[in-house]
Amino acid sequence: MTSGTMRIGADVGGTFTDVVLETGERMFSTKVLTTYDAPEDSVLDGVRTVVAEAGVNLSGLETFIHGTTLATNALIGRTGARTALVTTEGFRDTIEMRTESRFEQYDLNLVLPVPLVERRDRHTLGERVGADGRVLRPFDDDEARTLIERLADRPDGHRYQAVAVGFIHSYVNGDHERRFRDLLLERMPDLAVSISSEVSPQMREFERFNTVCANAYVQPLMASYLRNLEERLHAAGATCPVYLMHSGGGLVDVDTAARFPVRLVESGPAGGAIFAADIAARHGLDAVLSYDMGGTTAKICLVEDQTPRTAKTFEVARTHRFNKGSGMPISIPVIEMIEIGAGGGSIAGVDMLGQIRVGPLSAGSEPGPAAYGLGGTRPTVTDANLILGRLSVDSFGAPGIDLVKEAARTALADHVATPLEMDVETAAVGVTEVVDENMANAARVHAVENGKDVSRFTMIAFGGGAPLHAGRLCEKLRVDELLVPPGAGVGSAIGFLRAPFAYEALRSHYVAMDSFDHTVANLLLEDLADEASAFVRSALGGTGDLIPLLEVERCVFMRYAGQGWEIPVRLDNEHFDHLGGELLANRFEKAYEEFFGRAIDGLGVEAIGWSVRVATPRPAVDRIARVEPRRDVVGDRTRRIYDTVSGAVVDAAVLDRATLAVGDRVIGPAVIVEDQTTTWLTGADQAVLQADGCLLITRQDADPVDAESD
Amino acid sequence: MSELRNQVMWNRLISIVEEQALALVRAAFSTSVREAGDLSAGVYDVEGRMIAQAITGTPGHVNTMAAAVANFIEDIGPHRIYEGDAYITNDPWKGTGHLHDFTVVTPVFRRDRLIGYFGCTAHVVDVGGRGFGPDATEVYEEGLFVPIMKFVERGVVNVDLVNIVRHNVREANQVVGDLYSLAACNDTGLRRLEDMLDEFDLDDLTGLADFVFRRTAEATRERLRALPSGTYTNEMRVDGYNEAVTLAVTLTVTDDGAHADFAGTSPTCAHGVNVPLVYAHAYFSYAMLVALAPEMPSNFASLAAFTVSAPEGCILNARHPDPVAVRHVTGHFVTDLCLGAIAEALPHVIPAEGAGALWNFHVSARAADPASGLPPREILMFNSGGTGARPSLDGLNSTAFPSGVRTMSSEATEQVGPIVIWRKELRPDSGGAGRFRGGLGQIIELGPAEGYQFGFSCMFDRVENPARGRRGGGSGAPGRVYLDDGTPFDAKGKQLVPAGRRLILELPGGGGFGDPDQRDPEASERDRTQGYVG
Repeated sequence: MTSGTMRIGADVGGTFTDVVLETGERMFSTKVLTTYDAPEDSVLDGVRTVVAEAGVNLSGLETFIHGTTLATNALIGRTGARTALVTTEGFRDTIEMRTESRFEQYDLNLVLPVPLVERRDRHTLGERVGADGRVLRPFDDDEARTLIERLADRPDGHRYQAVAVGFIHSYVNGDHERRFRDLLLERMPDLAVSISSEVSPQMREFERFNTVCANAYVQPLMASYLRNLEERLHAAGATCPVYLMHSGGGLVDVDTAARFPVRLVESGPAGGAIFAADIAARHGLDAVLSYDMGGTTAKICLVEDQTPRTAKTFEVARTHRFNKGSGMPISIPVIEMIEIGAGGGSIAGVDMLGQIRVGPLSAGSEPGPAAYGLGGTRPTVTDANLILGRLSVDSFGAPGIDLVKEAARTALADHVATPLEMDVETAAVGVTEVVDENMANAARVHAVENGKDVSRFTMIAFGGGAPLHAGRLCEKLRVDELLVPPGAGVGSAIGFLRAPFAYEALRSHYVAMDSFDHTVANLLLEDLADEASAFVRSALGGTGDLIPLLEVERCVFMRYAGQGWEIPVRLDNEHFDHLGGELLANRFEKAYEEFFGRAIDGLGVEAIGWSVRVATPRPAVDRIARVEPRRDVVGDRTRRIYDTVSGAVVDAAVLDRATLAVGDRVIGPAVIVEDQTTTWLTGADQAVLQADGCLLITRQDADPVDAESD
Repeated sequence: MSELRNQVMWNRLISIVEEQALALVRAAFSTSVREAGDLSAGVYDVEGRMIAQAITGTPGHVNTMAAAVANFIEDIGPHRIYEGDAYITNDPWKGTGHLHDFTVVTPVFRRDRLIGYFGCTAHVVDVGGRGFGPDATEVYEEGLFVPIMKFVERGVVNVDLVNIVRHNVREANQVVGDLYSLAACNDTGLRRLEDMLDEFDLDDLTGLADFVFRRTAEATRERLRALPSGTYTNEMRVDGYNEAVTLAVTLTVTDDGAHADFAGTSPTCAHGVNVPLVYAHAYFSYAMLVALAPEMPSNFASLAAFTVSAPEGCILNARHPDPVAVRHVTGHFVTDLCLGAIAEALPHVIPAEGAGALWNFHVSARAADPASGLPPREILMFNSGGTGARPSLDGLNSTAFPSGVRTMSSEATEQVGPIVIWRKELRPDSGGAGRFRGGLGQIIELGPAEGYQFGFSCMFDRVENPARGRRGGGSGAPGRVYLDDGTPFDAKGKQLVPAGRRLILELPGGGGFGDPDQRDPEASERDRTQGYVG
């Protein structure tokens, strides 16, 4: 990147909006409270702040990259458009019947999530496509027009603002969906229409229909927000294009985002994973566990070969303890992460077995932890950290919040220590141990689901809460190395600036390898590549010099016949010939062995899903040579902190991160404080400040790490 | 601090068995495991008492597996248990109720000393015999019976057993693959447990198991106090295979536990809807846990509070060689039967009766014209009717209870087999009326794809005997099964759906709760505008 290039990343989160300005080597950041009614206000506020701080002019801005939870919030808060679903006759209730199961087996009073589009707004059409794409019941224009009149002819206040169209097997043959859309737009040209064969051409009707409903539901809101933001930025003097971060970890332009706003869901967390991937690239790390902990949840993501793991589907708006199955499925390419209800605000208590439980309920920002003194009476993880001395009333780092230790003590005493007949310090240790254990267990389970062993990974910790807990988490996971990057409090927004222009096109297409037709497969992959690169080219617009360099990644999702779960099999960029089926089957067996330790003889192999991702090349990063400790620093003050290693309260050094120089080593027990976060080193840990400002944390008894030789 | 250590380790154990279960879900071939969660996994102490069980799993397995490991220890013989072993069975009476479930148990050694076991169960695709269905009259016809034996001894696989299995089942590669998956998933647990014991510097599980059992036993007793001591009874009529079956229970509750005696229940039937007592026990324990202690973890101590007995030869205590293949059809009603017994004692807790047994079916698609060369295909689907209304909530529409399984995607099903599912949507007016309405059933309409006909194996209940309402609530609609040209179709047994015809299944609704006149007018209005009630 040439010096002087000025870029801004802005992440609108649930509580805070983070804005980062990067100009050459310098970086400026700010956190402002998100204004719910008009999130663009907080974005503009933040932009003004960083621009003023940097002393630059907005007209010099080259790129503005944005990510937002607005779409997610609309899905959770049910504040989207009045939406109708038009579906195949016989399938009116697919999005309501879900999987016909209970996500909590022992709760007699279980309440299932309410479908995004209620029954009276779900309409059916007598058409039907078969599993192979052939028409079983033809599309009848007259019937469609009659239905369209019904959709159009509604009293004021009940008019549909958006229509989602989802027909059975449309991922194989989308003709009927397209025909219906054309007729609909003929009659109502201004209507927002989403069709499932474009939004999410994946098999499984519940997931696809729900995804197309979600897209339609948030589309009017997101389209007007994005246009508005663009205008406001231009009015403020910026002339650059606006790009959006999507859930798959790439950038798209405003037009694409306005067409497929459901792809913006989870863009903030995706930015975090990209942030971690960038640090991994700089440090030459091939196996990284990205760990982001905020006020309400912790998110953990596997980053291998500097690429975050992706998935084809995920769940948003979980209604019950982040339980799988309690939210709504969204089938789009997404950076895969596990999210659990473990944050600074997670509430602790004691269950009927006398076990300490933490989360998933969170005190949020209002009333917040008891120590905020804003009326919270139940103890949280932050309260426990304060009692243990890891946080201090002097250096919490959040503007406008003065911690009250007595309130934390009372809350812990009332809800944990007294019921368990232990002292408050022990109760606080219990709370932090339990939350750390919850996160460690989630990380291990996530790794198992992906056939990985986390102990050979390096952890990268960011988000306000992570650096306090990461050390202990590493011990539990037997992870030897931990990096705490600078700017950890605004990691997602920084990640936006590191993201490539990228788009992943995905389609379900069922093929058994013993009847593999290489011409069909080649055509399908070419189609997908064309679709994906069209979006990337559109985003690149004038800066066409990147187009020849576009990278194409192709992937097939495969399984043994009879299995229900596919594993991704990466392809080189070859064309298939008549031996393509065998080639794919061999690749699959290798990938299967990696996942499960052994392949199985004598079983048929089938492909279910196909994907092509087109992206601008990852910019070359400067590799950071590892810095060996040059001197030990002890700081000039200490604090009484409970140390899990010695099991006692000890005098721990307190250091300001800003005062550390490259090569400085801090020996635990110690805390390193900075704005927005605190890093805690146990009595077994040491930290060495690296050339890029990362803290490298290892065990004191670990073998000295070899310096990089490049 | 030892208190905290124990708490953390207990959490960890639950996570370890969850990892064990997920490893199985990922690697399994069996549709019912991977799509529907028909499995379980657990860790046991050296005496075979279950310390922790994965949350992933279904109640029928959860509670039968708890008892299974003790059978393994007895049958293998303590002196023949070596490091590197794995044991196996599908004995319906010593495992989980029918031949389709294989259980694998792996001993855990630490520093050359036996300290416990991992166990897991999964429903496999096929065990030979007649194939999955109720039509056999003796367990011999239902498939291969593998008594408790060694699957692996000191790291060496019993190839003779594998060979016997391979030659006795359809889809041999998948079944054998699943047996290996079961053993591998125990190994996943084993490695994690070793890590934990290293981290906490422990030699064995004794102290931790004592802590878990003591805590659970205290809390279980505490919860039992919500139910006044005394005797409770209930009876329920269900369709049975070819004549109606009466299920009866007498529940005796004391401060220390609850005992269910099933005397008064109809005798066994000539076909495979009979239930080994272990399976009835499982759904009784499940009923007590959901009613009294929904947050209680499943382990030896929580389950020890619930005991059962039944006259030999009654349909809830089938004996060898009674056929038991589809024991769930009768067994799933045990939960509603037992909940019904304590409904008056816990008026704010117990729901009305629901559809109960799943409406599972198995389709054998064959070419309509044998000369066409179209290949045969087997298709399995799970579907659910409505659950009973709750004391303060409507029942759940088309949702499994007490079973924990999920349905499959119609699109995915059609990709695998030559059938067309023309309709799968809610069945209006099927929920029992009440202050709170019963959950709706669903309507499924399906037929063979072009060029095919199919054999259809029915195992449907609540066609003659609908789910009853509670406290003035109405019954749910009974189920119906018929062909689109009006030809009647039996609710049990294998029948033909010819080319060009469609089969229509109307799944039963759940019972209502409370007087329908007291229903909130807004709720009634919503039922009409949404079309839940016609």
